[in-house]
Amino acid sequence: MSRLFLLLALLPSWLLAGEPARPSPTLPGTHFLGDDLRALQADDFANPGMLWVARGEEYWMQPPASGAKACAGCHGPAAESMKGAASRYPRHDPVLGRVVNLDGRIDACNRRHQAGEGFAPNSPMALALGAFVAHQSRGSPMAVSIEGPARATFERGRALFGTRIGQLNLACRHCHDANWGKTLLAEPISQGQPTGWPAYRLDWQSLGSLQRRLRACFSGVRAEPPAYGSDDLVALELFLAWRARGLPVEAPAVRR
Amino acid sequence: MALARLLVPPTARRGEAVEVRLLIQHPMETGFRREADGRAVPMNVVNTLVCRYAEREVLRAELGSGVSANPYFAFWIRAESTGDVTVEWVDDAGERGSVKAVLTVP
Amino acid sequence: MKRRGFLRSTGAAIAAAALPASGQSSLLPRRDLAALVAEVTGGATPGRDGIAMEIPSLAENGNSVPLRIRVDSPMTAADHVRAIHVFSERNPRPRIAVFHLGPAAGRAEILTRVRLAVEQKVVVLASLSGGRYRLAEAQVVVTAAACIDEGV
Repeated sequence: MSRLFLLLALLPSWLLAGEPARPSPTLPGTHFLGDDLRALQADDFANPGMLWVARGEEYWMQPPASGAKACAGCHGPAAESMKGAASRYPRHDPVLGRVVNLDGRIDACNRRHQAGEGFAPNSPMALALGAFVAHQSRGSPMAVSIEGPARATFERGRALFGTRIGQLNLACRHCHDANWGKTLLAEPISQGQPTGWPAYRLDWQSLGSLQRRLRACFSGVRAEPPAYGSDDLVALELFLAWRARGLPVEAPAVRR
Repeated sequence: MALARLLVPPTARRGEAVEVRLLIQHPMETGFRREADGRAVPMNVVNTLVCRYAEREVLRAELGSGVSANPYFAFWIRAESTGDVTVEWVDDAGERGSVKAVLTVP
Repeated sequence: MKRRGFLRSTGAAIAAAALPASGQSSLLPRRDLAALVAEVTGGATPGRDGIAMEIPSLAENGNSVPLRIRVDSPMTAADHVRAIHVFSERNPRPRIAVFHLGPAAGRAEILTRVRLAVEQKVVVLASLSGGRYRLAEAQVVVTAAACIDEGV
């Protein structure tokens, strides 16, 4: 009996909790694009998201108005220091005492180490830096931790994913677990894997964050979208990132 | 100034037609979009774009709101001699932009 | 027709309330592009050979539809393409772009990405030296996004 308990104790907590099976095969959003947009995403020159990456690189090198060091002043070349970083977010930040996504961490870094005021969601700098930093992890497999202080946030996200919301009374799982690959109003439903964010979304004619896309999902089922930076959105991001574990980061993606 | 990228091949033979690629960061506001509070966003597109190379205008484009945001173009120029390929543009608000790349013709 | 009718009835409950005005088909009537073409050609009928356009017959998203135009021409001083016009049948504004070329271009070929508000015909008209004209046209279906996004 004690040996059984020992065996159970050694299993990862998510297995014990009886996780719902994630979609199989696990497919990124790029799989659900047509040939033209898939080719556009793969074209590092023509992919409009790369304009934000280029802008982000400028900001990375530029000392802020406060006179503090530029990002490069502490982190050096981003291709080295930021490699793999995006694949580990969202994660628990010990100083902030909560789980943050990559944008939140960049914002905190600006406030903490650059005497800055942070970056408003969807602001040019938030998007540029977010795209630039995430892009350095292109190809790295998603690998967030849901252990320790991140656990509660993960559970919240997992519960939300299965909760019916909005006038259409649908949960995320109804489309993205149960009906991915099927067509909704002439568009294929993806699995909702977040590997390509921030992404250039044609509907916005701009690069945008994952949180903006999640808010659009809420609107899509006629639900009130949670505020930017809210616990619900961060929790969902963490759950989605865990659900996408192993899939390579592909920021900045192109999406419809 | 609006960010833009211009790509020319690394080298070209004299007389050869080569492909030039251009991407400009610009919202190309149609004038039909409305903000969350209902205000119409005024029209503002890159309306004229000129590419010069070897002291000649090789392309002049008149653009409207029917061109996508963050406009992308691929066009051709005949390689003559090593020199700057320059693209300049202006939008409805009067903002000017430019980008250049060197085409090497050994 | 049948498919579009089906889309309208099943999609209406979800989409109709939130579709922006430009997506409502009835507000973007088809215009006759013959007058715009005649303005350029001076009434001459353009030929249909020696010009090609590549545009998807089903656009993934109307905000950015790839369009490639190729006109066969030696692009010499004596024989070249002077301009390529792009016209839209149903966008709010009929003129999408005009590309002025010349012998220095070396090749009369342009690739760009255009906005198409709704399902429509796109016409490209090349104006060549010597008062010659060539025209190509294509029909493009543009679908609305599945989930209505309230913007920000």
